[in-house]
Amino acid sequence: MNFEELHEIAKIENEKRAQFEYSINVCVAAGCMSCGSLELLTSFKKEIERRGIENWCKAKGVGCLGLCSAGPLVSVQRYDQKSEVIYKSVTLDNVHEIVDALTGEPVGRLACSKEMSFFKNQQKIVLENFGNIDPEKIEEYIAVGGYEPLYTVLREMSPANVIEQIVKSGLRGRGGGGYPTGLKWTTVMKASGNQKYIICNADEGDPGAFMDRSVLESDPHRVLEGMAIAGYAVGADKGFIYVRAEYPLAIRRLKKAITQAEQLGVLGRGIFNTPFNFDIKLRLGAGAFVCGEETALISSIEGSRGNPRPRPPYPAEYGLWGSPTLINNVETFANIPAIIRNGSAWFASIGTEKSKGTKVFALAGRINNTGLIEVPMGTTLREIVFNIGGGIPEGSKFKAVQTGGPSGGCITSDYLDTPADYESLTKLGSIMGSGGMIVMDDTSCMVDVAKFFVEFCMTESCGKCVPCRDGSAQMYHLLSKITSGEGNINDIHMLEKLSDLINNTSLCGLGMTMPNPVVSTMHFFKDEYLAHVHDKICPAGVCNMKRGGRK
Amino acid sequence: MKKVSQIQTLIIDGKEVGGKSDESILQVAKENDIFIPTLCYLEGLSDYGGCRMCIVEVKGMPRLVPACTTLIREGMEVTTNSEKIHNYRLSILALLFTERNHICSACVSNGHCELQTLALKLGLTHVEFPYIFPKMPVDATHDRFIADHNRCVLCGRCVRACHEVEGAHTKDIMGRGITSRVITDLKESWGSSKTCTSCGKCVHVCPTGALTEKGKSVAEMEKRRQFLPYLKLMRERR
Amino acid sequence: MEKVKIATSWLDGCSGCHMSLLDIDERILTLLESADIVYGPLVDFKDYPQGVDVAIVEGAVSSDEDEEKITKIRKLTKILVSFGDCAITANIPGMRNYFPTKELYERAYFENADLNQKRPSIRIPHLLSHARPIHEVVTVDVFLPGCPPPADVIFYSLSELINGRLPDLKGKTRFGR
Repeated sequence: MNFEELHEIAKIENEKRAQFEYSINVCVAAGCMSCGSLELLTSFKKEIERRGIENWCKAKGVGCLGLCSAGPLVSVQRYDQKSEVIYKSVTLDNVHEIVDALTGEPVGRLACSKEMSFFKNQQKIVLENFGNIDPEKIEEYIAVGGYEPLYTVLREMSPANVIEQIVKSGLRGRGGGGYPTGLKWTTVMKASGNQKYIICNADEGDPGAFMDRSVLESDPHRVLEGMAIAGYAVGADKGFIYVRAEYPLAIRRLKKAITQAEQLGVLGRGIFNTPFNFDIKLRLGAGAFVCGEETALISSIEGSRGNPRPRPPYPAEYGLWGSPTLINNVETFANIPAIIRNGSAWFASIGTEKSKGTKVFALAGRINNTGLIEVPMGTTLREIVFNIGGGIPEGSKFKAVQTGGPSGGCITSDYLDTPADYESLTKLGSIMGSGGMIVMDDTSCMVDVAKFFVEFCMTESCGKCVPCRDGSAQMYHLLSKITSGEGNINDIHMLEKLSDLINNTSLCGLGMTMPNPVVSTMHFFKDEYLAHVHDKICPAGVCNMKRGGRK
Repeated sequence: MKKVSQIQTLIIDGKEVGGKSDESILQVAKENDIFIPTLCYLEGLSDYGGCRMCIVEVKGMPRLVPACTTLIREGMEVTTNSEKIHNYRLSILALLFTERNHICSACVSNGHCELQTLALKLGLTHVEFPYIFPKMPVDATHDRFIADHNRCVLCGRCVRACHEVEGAHTKDIMGRGITSRVITDLKESWGSSKTCTSCGKCVHVCPTGALTEKGKSVAEMEKRRQFLPYLKLMRERR
Repeated sequence: MEKVKIATSWLDGCSGCHMSLLDIDERILTLLESADIVYGPLVDFKDYPQGVDVAIVEGAVSSDEDEEKITKIRKLTKILVSFGDCAITANIPGMRNYFPTKELYERAYFENADLNQKRPSIRIPHLLSHARPIHEVVTVDVFLPGCPPPADVIFYSLSELINGRLPDLKGKTRFGR
C-alpha cells in the first residue's frame, strides 16, 4: 500500500458516492439497533429496489446520529445540495412516505429541525464521521480522509515530531484523569525496553456512559489509526484493545475493522512500505468494572485476576509483561488522527486554556434529549443540559447533574454556569470522568443516589485492599440504614469518617474516588440526609421508610 | 545481568538512615529498628500492598503510600507514624475485625495471631463499625489442615506462598469485594485437591487462625515462617 | 469524701468476667476504701440505683431484656465500661448470629430436649435477631477487652476510674487472652 493506492481507494469510493443523488443513512449503532433499525434498513433497501430507483438513491447503515432517545434515526442526505434531513422514531410504516418525500418536501411530522440546538450547538471532532460513513467499510473511512494522517506520520514525520504535535495540541486523557497525553507518550518513548505496547482502554463501565461504545461501533478505524500513530511515536509494534464483553456489536465491528485494515496493509507488517509494523489484538473483559483501572487491566491481559497493583511503577515504565506500555482511552486515540490532519494549533484553539479540544458526553437520566453529544471543552453545564440536552421533561424541576459516574459527584443548579473542563469540575468536588452525565430531577432522592453508587462500587471492588473492600460494605450498610428510616446522626458522622479513610488509604482509583458521590451529595444536599435521620422522611418520596411516612 | 543498586540516604522519622536503591521503605525501616505495622507483607513473598497497614507519609508525595511497595529515593523524608496515620491504621484494623468472625477466645491461633497482636500493639480496644457477622464455611476435608474462612483477612499470603514458593498454585482468590474468598483449585474441597502437595507452607504463612494444622491445641499452634527467607536466598544463589 | 458508686451488671455472657473481677482477691478491699459496690450479681440490691458513677457491664446485648437493662444503666450512670469481649465484640454469644432465632429456639427447646419438648409458657426474654456489642446499642466510655480481662488490668482500670481518671489500656489487654 502506498499513498497513490490510498488515494485511489478514496477516489473510487467518492466516485461511487457521486453516482447517487440521495443516500438514506440508517443508524445501526446499538441504541437504534435495539429498536429495530436493521429491519428498517432492509426495508429501505427493498423499497428502493421495488421502485427501481437504485441508480440515484441508496440506503446504508451508519454510526450513531446522537439523539438516541428518538431512535431509530434516519438521515436522508442529498449530495448535490449537501443537505440533510434527520428523521426520528422511524417505523417500518414510515418507509414509504420517507422515500416518497425524497424529491419533495420532507415529512414534517417526523423530521427533526436542523435548527434544533441539539444539532446546531455541537462541535464534532471525534464524532465527525458519525452518521456519515458505514462503520463496517474501511473504504468509506478512507474516502473521508481516513488513514491519511497515518501515512503522513509514517512518511513525513519523526516520532519526536509526532509527540511534539500531541504535546502542543494540549490533548489530555479522556478516560477521566485528564493526564496530558503528550507527556505520557514522551515517558513511554523515553522508557528503555526492546518491546513496548499500546493499550486502548475500552472497558467503559460507568453507569450511564456510552461514549466509547458509540465510537467503536460507529467509527472503529479512527481508533485503530490513533493507536498505530501512537505505536509509531513511542516505538511499539503491538497493540491491544481491551473491550468489555458486554459490547458485542463494538467487538464485531472492531474485529471486522482490524481484518480489513490488515488486508489493505494499513495495519500489519511494513505499513505504507515503511519498516513500521503494528498489530492490534482484541482482549475481552470478563465483566469487572475495576479492569478499567490501568494496572488491573494489564493484569487481566496477562491472564491473571484483574487486581490493581500499587503505582509507581507506572505502566509507562513497567506495564504489560514488565514492558513500557502506553494506555489511553478510546476517545483519546480517536482524537489523534484529527490532530495530525489539522495540526496541533487548530486543536489547541478549541476549548479552554487548560482543557483543549472537545469532549464527548453521554446524556442520560431525566433529560429530554438522551444521547451522545460532543462540545468544546468549557461549554457550560447549563448549555449542555438545557440547550443541547433540551432540558428536563415537563412538569419536573432540575435537581442535579452527576458527572464522572461512581467516581464523580453531583452538581446543583447553583453551579450550572460552571464550564465543563477538568479543573472546574474537580473544584466542585466532581470530576470530568469519561463523560457520562446523568441528569436528575426532583423525583430523585440524593441519599438513594449515593447508595446506588456505593452499592455499585461495593460489588465492583476487587477485594484486594481493606479500605475499599470493607469500607464500601460499611458505607452501603449505613446508607441502607438511613434510607430505611433507621439512621441517626452518628451514622452521618461515620459516613464522613469512612469517606475520608477510603479516599486516603485505598490502593487504586476505584477506592480513592468511591466516596465522591457520598461526599458530594452530603455537601450539597445535607438537608436531605438530615430529613432522613431526624424526621424519618424522604423528601423526594423515593425511600421506603420503615418508621414514619413520606413527605 | 544483575542491576547494580546504589546506596541512598533518607530520613525516616527524623533519623538519617541509608539503604540500597532497590529496597523498600519498609525494608530500610526494619533494618533500622523502626516499627511499621504490616499484615499482608511477609519477607520471602512478593509485595502485595493490599492490607494498607504500612501506609506512611512521604514529604512531597500527595498521598499516603504503602511502605512495602514504595522504593526508597535519595533525600526522601518519611514519617511512619503520626496521629493521622495512626487513626487510619486503627480504622483499617477495625474494618478487618468486622468483615468476618474473629472470635479470638474460640480460635486455635489465640495468642499467636498477627491480627490480634496488631490490635494489642496499636491499642485497638473496640471496633467502632458494626459487625457484619457473615456465615462463612469451614473446610476440614484435608487430612492435616483446616481452612476456617471465619478468620481469613484476605491478605493473600497463602496464595503467594503456594504460587511463588511451592509452585503449586493450589490456592487463589475468587469473587469480588467483601464476598471474595480464598479457594482451593477451582473452588473444590481441600481434601480432594489434586494439585495440593500438602507442604503446609500456606498454613505457616497465614497470619491468623484461617489456616491451621489439625490436632494442634491453642498453645501448640505456632506458625513457623523462618524457612521462607532461606528458601528464597538459596534459590537466588542457584 | 463521698465514696464512688460502682455497679456491675451481667447481660449475655458466661460470668467469667465477674470471676476475673473476684480474682483481684484482697485488692478489692483497697478499692472498697474509696468505693461502694451498689448493684450487681455480687451484692444484694434489687433495683439499679440513681447516681451510679461507674458501671461495668459484662456480656453482649442479646435479648429484649438485655436491651432494657443496658438502656436503663446508661441513663443512670456516669461512666459505662464495656467489660470483656462479649460486651465489646459479642464474642461467643455472637456465634449464634449466623442462624435465624427460630432455629435457635428449635434447637434449644426441641432437638436437644429429652423431656418437655415445648417453648416455655412462662415469659422468657425474647431473643433479638443478633447478639450485639454494647456500644452498638448505647454509648460506651471505656472498653476493657479480654476473655476474660486479666485481674491485674481490672484492678488497674478500677483504681483509675475511682480516682476520676480514664484508664489507658493500650498494650495492656487484647481480644481473646
